Amino acid sequence: MALALAETAAVDSIALDVEGVSHLYERDGGALQVLDNVSLTIAPGEFVALLGPSGCGKSTLLRLAAGLETAATGKVLEDGRPITAPNPDRILVFQDATLFPWRTVRDNIATGLEARGLLGTKGYRIDEVLKLVKLEGFADFYPHQLSGGMAQRAALARALVNDPKLLLLDEPFGKLDSLTRLRMQNELLDLWKSAGFTALLVTHDVEEALLLADRVIVLSDRPASIVAEIRVDQPHPRRRDDAGLVALRSQLLEKLGISHDV
Amino acid sequence: MSAAVENTYGRAGERSLALPVATIWRNGLFAAGTWFLTAALSYGLPDVISWGATELFAIIMLAGAGIFLALSVTVHRLGGFGRTLVHYGPWFIVLGLWLAVWEVLTAKLGWLPKPFFSPPQGLLHVYLTDWDRLLICIAYTGRLWGLGFFSGILVGFAGGVALGWSKRFAYWGMPLLKLIGPVPASAWIPCTFFIFPSTFHASIFLVALASGIPVAILTAAGVSQVNRSFYDVARTLGADNRFLIFKVAIPASLPNVFVGIFMGLYYSFAVLVVAEMLGAKFGLGWYLQFNTAYSAYANVYAALIIMALICAGLVRLLFVARDRLLGWQKGIL
Repeated sequence: MALALAETAAVDSIALDVEGVSHLYERDGGALQVLDNVSLTIAPGEFVALLGPSGCGKSTLLRLAAGLETAATGKVLEDGRPITAPNPDRILVFQDATLFPWRTVRDNIATGLEARGLLGTKGYRIDEVLKLVKLEGFADFYPHQLSGGMAQRAALARALVNDPKLLLLDEPFGKLDSLTRLRMQNELLDLWKSAGFTALLVTHDVEEALLLADRVIVLSDRPASIVAEIRVDQPHPRRRDDAGLVALRSQLLEKLGISHDV
Repeated sequence: MSAAVENTYGRAGERSLALPVATIWRNGLFAAGTWFLTAALSYGLPDVISWGATELFAIIMLAGAGIFLALSVTVHRLGGFGRTLVHYGPWFIVLGLWLAVWEVLTAKLGWLPKPFFSPPQGLLHVYLTDWDRLLICIAYTGRLWGLGFFSGILVGFAGGVALGWSKRFAYWGMPLLKLIGPVPASAWIPCTFFIFPSTFHASIFLVALASGIPVAILTAAGVSQVNRSFYDVARTLGADNRFLIFKVAIPASLPNVFVGIFMGLYYSFAVLVVAEMLGAKFGLGWYLQFNTAYSAYANVYAALIIMALICAGLVRLLFVARDRLLGWQKGIL
């Protein structure tokens, strides 16, 4: 699988810099601050996990990086250039697969190429990513005919077909059953290793963060600010019961305000 | 989808289980009975006044009874068509009964008197004697309805997309639409006479308005209710506004659009009579008014039945079109 991808796609990655970003939403006349002076630097090809309580503003950070919104204060930069608009180089994968229900799996995956008029030259990539996410037999299915895991794989394929340099993942496996989640985590890891994109994963699952990421950043409750940053040096594939990871796990839980006994 | 599939197969299963047990279609036999009853009553009892076509009506009912009798043993060999017939079996029985009651109350007892009521043979008589004029009326109405309805839903759809998509358009357009929406078609007649070069154009406008407004309102609602994350996804994939409108907003709102078209279809039929008040020389609406004025109610009923059948046929066609276009919705609805 890794070989197949290496042959066809020369994906490079980008660096993401977040510099002193604060962000707020207008709500019922008041303002809801969701990010408070967040700064972080992600190297090209790095896999970083953002860990924090639900509703703390992690997703907002991803929307800023995707270019869907602009930060109220501070800067979000890709390779030193400010991010002002969405671009298929940086693709966001949501917790819900958000497949277009009126499009078949193949047409969903083709969306990005179609929107940029690349179907003719890059159309062959669709079959490749279908194979990559093991959906080659489901190309002509409609989203309502897919299971949750298959739908999320299709959403991943829809992102990967554009050869993104930065993949933003917003709790992508949050709604899957635990077995499917484990399998998808491994698949994501393989994809990341073979394609070489920079990955920024938002999650509230401590184990998921530890299994996948090079670096785990812990965010506080809203408005989110960075509480801690932990580097995970264990080589892949990682084992859940690895002594080092277990130690890191309790360290992270403590940062999140949860005691050892849990 | 799986639920839907189970349902269809489940029902088919019930039927195929039921059929071998009773190789005779009992409802078919009953239908033959009620239809024969109507034939016998029509032919056997004297009419209070002459309606014409009484014997022909009796013959038709007798033929119907014969067909049901034949079907009651052969229906299982007719495949899908046979299953449809079996499904509507109870309706055929009740139809025969209803015709019998209608026949007796009007032609035989005269409790529902002329000219306000007409027995079935009265309508049959109208079809036999006035068929050429009715055909011309159908053609005229078809032209008026076709032009009005299709231009109406086209403009309504385009306007609805604009209203749902653009905030500024909605700011000015929505209040206008809400004001215009409830105005009855007949209230437009003075304006239309002034604005349009001919009464035919004015009539087209009335039909277009009646069918376009529900389409516009529901399309606007559909477009503005599209899940925001669909736009977010499309934008991160590199979509421009054009793509967002045509490839996201419109397909996502199509289910709503179809509800609007269904409503527009019914409104457009209701407004036909008013539209054909405007100097029309032919048309089913004109035919209704003309014959009401002469108290020829049998002709009115005859034309009403034609209109109802055409409308039902168009609704059926629209359902087929919807199922084609919205196949992806299976399992969501």
